[in-house]
Formats: sequence, structure tokens, C-alpha cells
Amino acid sequence: MRKIFFIDQGLRLQSPKVIRFFGSAKCYIHPLVFTKFVFMSVLINQEELFQDRVDNEIKIEPRDWMPDAYRKTLVRQISQHAHSEIVGMLPEGNWISRAPSLKRKAILLAKVQDEAGHGLYLYSAAETLGTSREQMINDLHSGKAKYSSIFNYPTLTWADIGAIGWLVDGAAILNQVMLCRTSYGPYARAMVRICKEESFHQRQGFDILLTLSRGTPAQKEMCQDAINRWWWPSMMMFGPRDSESTNSDQSMKWKIKRKSNDELRQNFVDMCAEQVKVLGMTLPDADLKWNEAEGKYDFGEIDWDEFWNVVKGNGPCNKQRLDARRKAWEEGEWVREAASAFAKKQQQKQKQDKAA
Amino acid sequence: MPKNNSKNKNRTKQPDHNYNDMSFQIRKFYYGDIPEDKAGGAIVSKQTANDWPLWEIFIRSKQGLDHKHVGSLHAADAQMAIENARDVYTRRMEGVSIWAVESKHIHASNPDEATSLYEPANDKIYRYPTFYDLPDEVGHM
Repeated sequence: MRKIFFIDQGLRLQSPKVIRFFGSAKCYIHPLVFTKFVFMSVLINQEELFQDRVDNEIKIEPRDWMPDAYRKTLVRQISQHAHSEIVGMLPEGNWISRAPSLKRKAILLAKVQDEAGHGLYLYSAAETLGTSREQMINDLHSGKAKYSSIFNYPTLTWADIGAIGWLVDGAAILNQVMLCRTSYGPYARAMVRICKEESFHQRQGFDILLTLSRGTPAQKEMCQDAINRWWWPSMMMFGPRDSESTNSDQSMKWKIKRKSNDELRQNFVDMCAEQVKVLGMTLPDADLKWNEAEGKYDFGEIDWDEFWNVVKGNGPCNKQRLDARRKAWEEGEWVREAASAFAKKQQQKQKQDKAA
Repeated sequence: MPKNNSKNKNRTKQPDHNYNDMSFQIRKFYYGDIPEDKAGGAIVSKQTANDWPLWEIFIRSKQGLDHKHVGSLHAADAQMAIENARDVYTRRMEGVSIWAVESKHIHASNPDEATSLYEPANDKIYRYPTFYDLPDEVGHM
């Protein structure tokens, strides 16, 4: 039994090569040669086999063997990501009723609904790893699970909704495009779905800012003010510097992440530094300068004290956001109960009808 | 006191329609998969009474194509599952038909047995058209 088990594992390792042999046709592998393949790999352990699959760009699916730490890392990362989508609705929801026109209201409403959908895609992906929805929600509400710190900043003016779309969603897209190629199948598929919808978010944000930038002096000032406030928190979204990021190395090896924090941050700066010119605005960084030699923008230092402070829960809105989530959950309790009771009643009715 | 006691006794005898008392154990089947405990390294989670069951959602993107698995969601019953699926998975006209299947009803093959399961197909190279060397005069066949 045990032997068969290992042989199975061995074949799994060899399978891409075997398929390639067969695929190129014309060459027939003698069963004995085949058996040799199998025994060569009998000695390799599960973890190496797993890594081999990852290295060969074979996606990991829910029921495949995976190291505990891989599973835990994914649960942590995917649920954090899901929570960010859900909490991310709050700062924007603040402006649905105050958006300047019916068109803007409808667009913002659709965007916020998208965020809820993105949260659900991600919760659904995390659940394939064996964690339950309720557990994830509990961890969010108890403060055990984190969400992106960016949503702990307030949305003070209408221009903030534009800045969130352009900068915050812009930063998120860079991360999410990378995650479309992540090694865990359900996560990658959720990301593909999200990326398809996310570019609408960024464009609508830029559209808001563009309109303001062509408006009255007061509107222009509002636009610049929003950019000033959202720029640095957006830069922080990529996380600590590579040299200080504790999870990065292993995540790169497992191909959960495929670009480092600093790489993504550099992409973001290069993108925004050009786009801000279209708005006729500036980014609040005196050190921002095109580096001809390296073909990229140099930029100033992030205030890391602020970064860690907000991560630790001392941001401007940490408490407000969590309170809002808990309130929504508690006040929705009766709805969840009623729906369960209704479903149960319907089932009983069906049974009775069948019996009769 | 005695009155209270008898009341309590009554209640334990008839755990009628109090939904908070529903503490039965449900085995979870993620993405139609057998429980992860067999694959090792599982995070065991507890299901409580108000946790709506999990449904797998399949969507036909247009007439003539197969329904394709798109993900899962929680819903109290089938109708709610379909309505939620519409809101979650078809906000941009991605579908013309939705299937919702309660996850626990899906049976899946075990990846650990994949080799032996597919082994019979492994050495039958003659099933591929490229196995046959035919003269060029035959043309496209």
C-alpha cells in the first residue's frame, strides 16, 4: 500500500516529462523504461515533489498535497485580501449618497458592488483551503486578521473617491495582475476575474480627477489635496521594503508572489509619475526625479513609522472601520437566521408534499 | 423552583424548533472535494447553525457552450444560491444560465490516486492520429 502510494507520487513528478514524450509522439516508451522513471523518484519526499510542481508552473489545486505552511500562508493572504475588499467598501460607501450627480452615484454604487463581489470570489478561494467563512469573518471582527491599511484613512472630499480609484486601485491592480499567475489555482482564477473588473475602477477614478483638474480653482485645489493625502499611503500598500519583509522569500519560492514589494512599488511610481502630468497636478514627493541612467524614477523615503503605526491599529480610522463591520454583522444576524429558518421550512413543506 | 425544573426538563425532551440548538456536524466538501483531513495539513473548522451551506456555481456564458465552474458561495437554499450567483458572478452579462449544486453533493476523484486512475490511458499511444505513418499521397486525413 505504502509502496503504491510513493509510486503515485513519483509518477506525478514525472508526468509533465512523460506527457511531453508522448506529446511529441513517434517515440514509444517501453514499460521497463517507464518503471525506471518511477523508481528514480521514489526517494524524493512530498515537499520536494510539491516544489517541483511549482517550479514547473503546474498549478496547485485544492485537493493536492501541500505543505502546512503553504496552506497557512495562503489562508492568511487570501483572507486578508478578501477582508480588504470588504472593508474597502466603507470609505467609498461614505460618498454614495453625496456623489455630485446621479451618474456618479450609479457608477460608485456599481464599483462598491464590485468590491463586495471581489471579496466573495476571494472568500470562496480561501474556503477551498479548508477554512470556513465564519472563521474568517470572526478573525476580521476580533482584529486577529488584518486588511489593507489603506482603508484606515478617511475620505474627506469627493476628490478622494477619484484618488482612491486612480492610486489605490492602481496599486492594487499591479499586485493583482501579478497574482493572476500565483501558484494556487483557485486564487489565480479569482484574480483573473477581479482584474477584468478592476480596470473600470481605476479609469473611473482617473476620470473623476480629470474632471476636477479641468474645473474651477477650488476644484483643482481639491484634486491636488486628495492626491497629496493618498499618495504616500498608496505607496505603503506594497508593504515593507524587501530587506524587511519577513514572508517574501518563501512566498516567492512557492510562487505565491512573483514580484517583490520594491519591484511593484517601482512600477507604481513609474506609472503614476507620468499619469499625474495628464492631470496637470504633482505628486507630493520632492525627491521624485527621472533617473536617465537606470530608466526609472527615483523617489523619496516612505515614513515607515506611520506605516507600522497604521498596521498596528493606530491609523485614523482603524476603530471606525472595524466597528462598522461588526455592527453590520450583528445587525444582519436576524436576516441570516430568518433565511435559514425559511429554507428549513420550505424543505419540510416539500417533504410533506412528497409524503402526501 | 420545582416549576422551573420541570420546564427545563420539558425543553430538553423536545428540542423542537429552536435553531440555536442545531449543533449537528456537517462534513464540508470544498469545491466538490472530499474533506481535506485525508490529504493532510488540514485546518479543521467548525460549522455552526447559522452558517449557510456552500454551493458550487456553474455558468453557461452563452448558448452553445458548456456550463463552467466559476466558484462557490453560501446560501440558505437553492433559489438564494442562484440569486446570489447572479449578483456575484454575472454582473457584466457573463452568463445566460446558472447551475447551483450544493457542494456536498459533488463527488471528486482523489489526486493521490490519479496515476492509477488514468494509467490505462497512459501507454496507448496508438490512440493518437500521429501514431500512424501514412504516405504523403494520402493527403490530409
